[in-house]
Amino acid sequence: MENEFLVDSDKLSEAALKRKHEIENNKSVRIDHMKFLPNMDQLESDIQDKVLENLKDIDWDSYTDADVYRALAAKTPSIEDFKALLSPAAKKHIEKMAARAKIETAKHFGNTVYLFTPLYIANYCDNYCVYCGFNCYNDIKRKKMSFEEIRHEMEVISKSGIEEILILTGESPVYSDVKYIGEACKLARKYFKNVGLEIYPVNVNDYKYLHECGADYVTVFQETYNPDKYETLHLLGNKRIFPYRFQAQERAILGGMRGVAFSALLGLTNFREDALASALHLYFLARKYPHVEYSLSCPRLRPIVNNDKINPLDVHETELCQILCAYRIFLPYVGITVSSREEKHFRDGIAKICATKISAGVSTGIGDHEEKYEAYKEEEEMESKASDFDKKESIKALQQEAVSENEECGDEQFDISDRRSFDQMYDDMAGEGLQPVLNDYIYV
Amino acid sequence: MNKEDKLVLGGREFNSRFILGSGKYNLELIKAAVENAGAEIITLAVRRANTKDSENIMDYVPENVTLLPNTSGARDASEAVRIAHLSRELGGGDFVKVEIMKDSKYLLPDNNETIKATEILAKEGFVVLPYMYPDLYAARELENVGAAAVMPLASPIGSNRGLATKDFIQILIDEIDLPIIVDAGIGKPSEACAAMEMGASAIMCNTAIATAKDIPMMATAFKNAIEAGRSAYLAGLGRVLTRGSESMDPLTGFLRD
Amino acid sequence: MVKINGQSLEAAGRNLLEVVRELEFKDNSYVIEYNLEILKKEFYDKTTLKDGDVVEVVSFMGGG
Repeated sequence: MENEFLVDSDKLSEAALKRKHEIENNKSVRIDHMKFLPNMDQLESDIQDKVLENLKDIDWDSYTDADVYRALAAKTPSIEDFKALLSPAAKKHIEKMAARAKIETAKHFGNTVYLFTPLYIANYCDNYCVYCGFNCYNDIKRKKMSFEEIRHEMEVISKSGIEEILILTGESPVYSDVKYIGEACKLARKYFKNVGLEIYPVNVNDYKYLHECGADYVTVFQETYNPDKYETLHLLGNKRIFPYRFQAQERAILGGMRGVAFSALLGLTNFREDALASALHLYFLARKYPHVEYSLSCPRLRPIVNNDKINPLDVHETELCQILCAYRIFLPYVGITVSSREEKHFRDGIAKICATKISAGVSTGIGDHEEKYEAYKEEEEMESKASDFDKKESIKALQQEAVSENEECGDEQFDISDRRSFDQMYDDMAGEGLQPVLNDYIYV
Repeated sequence: MNKEDKLVLGGREFNSRFILGSGKYNLELIKAAVENAGAEIITLAVRRANTKDSENIMDYVPENVTLLPNTSGARDASEAVRIAHLSRELGGGDFVKVEIMKDSKYLLPDNNETIKATEILAKEGFVVLPYMYPDLYAARELENVGAAAVMPLASPIGSNRGLATKDFIQILIDEIDLPIIVDAGIGKPSEACAAMEMGASAIMCNTAIATAKDIPMMATAFKNAIEAGRSAYLAGLGRVLTRGSESMDPLTGFLRD
Repeated sequence: MVKINGQSLEAAGRNLLEVVRELEFKDNSYVIEYNLEILKKEFYDKTTLKDGDVVEVVSFMGGG
């Protein structure tokens, strides 16, 4: 089974539609996705070759129960052990994997769970990535926040108690240039102790500049590590260039960033291969740059505005849990972030096994935190009366109502699944016996 | 042993993973020890030549055995470089085991000086195998400056005290992309075997054999132990059962597919 | 005075190879370091020792 990604908007002109179809259907009009464009830094680095080499000729069905047991017993699991833990054979040993993962997490992180919130400041995008709500052909409300709007949102968020923020943009160096993002970082430094970026990949000098502006952590998702599949999903824009994106973390490190994060978007293609590659991308970089902080995310495909059918295919919750436990066992020292793409019950459960970072008070829209945060307050008042399900539906309705009243906001990147406020998340995590941490960090 | 499983040092391939020392025992026994050990590499020291007895150790080393001269006696990088130059002139080839000690009580290697000497000698084209204290940063540095392997000590040299630094050697095995050759302090074949099971690439051993009652027989014992350990490592160690049963309150009960 | 392997000898003005042979170092199993420079074999009998020279005659020994 495959997702149907392609959607035509009736607002496109005939010429634009024709161009869109040509790009979708005719590979020869698309540029070479493995060749760097002029102006793109190209590092002398063997990491990509090492990762892709390890993806060759894997027979996932060849792994047995014995391989899984051996991997679970290994003091320092090898790459081969890691593959066994990702294989179909490991699925039925999920409880044992979780037990080992929990021990490893406790060894490296104790019982802490780190809370943060993402802030989308613009959703303009030059790329055509067929699965993404922000893609340049998707008919959504576009918005780029002014600095006053950014400041206001940050004030609202920081008042809720959050100390770490992740600034996101769509990938448009034209609408959201490095200078604009740098100014947003400078503002963020005033309200938060830790500033992360999830923006389009930039050159080393730009990472250096953004670091000077106050950003310290860079997240870039490769989406899929299969270059052939990548080509069919990223049809236009700089993101089409696979190796430039692949080297983003290394450039960020060379630019002086303290930490980098990785992921594939699970559900695009063979998820075992993409999970393996994400972890190896991190693993090989960590060997080359051992001083850096590393973390992995685990986004699964979600429905987007104008395409509510998109889903993560065969990556069910059990598979996602298996991947995260395998990550933890293979890379016990890395952070694992679980976003609001996942539901409350999953995030509560996984935080007790291996997740170390959870987002709270999330909106993936542009400039709508205040409305949504107000909605949470209304929700709290009726909390005692309603069942869990009713509660969730009613908050969602309230938030949608709040946002639709405000025509000034930009549309969301994807539909989120866990709408808990920061306060609620803090209390829930503490209630699960975990220690919520807002910041453990000094900017240097 | 699998014929494909080679130890590669400086581009040269070896079938044996046992590097034999030649110190502290009668030259007459070297040939038997090398043969029983199946060793393809033997270490030597460079010293002031004797004037009285005229025996030359080179006459006792079997042909086709690669010489690995050490720089023992060196107290800093420049002395080690000087000794390496002399050993090459003596026909020792381009392999050198950098060994720099400033401490005469414990004979522990000086990692800082070792890194300096390794860098100089690697640039000159030597295949450098530095003897070192198992420190991750030092090992990374050695890798960066061109070492062909790293040789962490198991315990103080000549002590036969076994794998005292086991956990730290494991870190080097896990983190360093070079052969890890456990050197110094291995006192028993079982310890050599344990190091090989952990994933060490080879064992360097001298005193344990030199001080055995039957030197050639102990060489055989080490050979067998090292091969057994290597096979166990390649075979993948089996699981270890721990006491207790699975939790009654499963961790993964929350999953909904 | 000349120092050979740490020993002081009255050998200034004499031929290096002659002195080394007199000391009964076995031919071809040693290398000579002459004032910290390795001396090629062909220079052994072309070198005249002078006052203050430091000579090391080294060879391989057993070692670990």
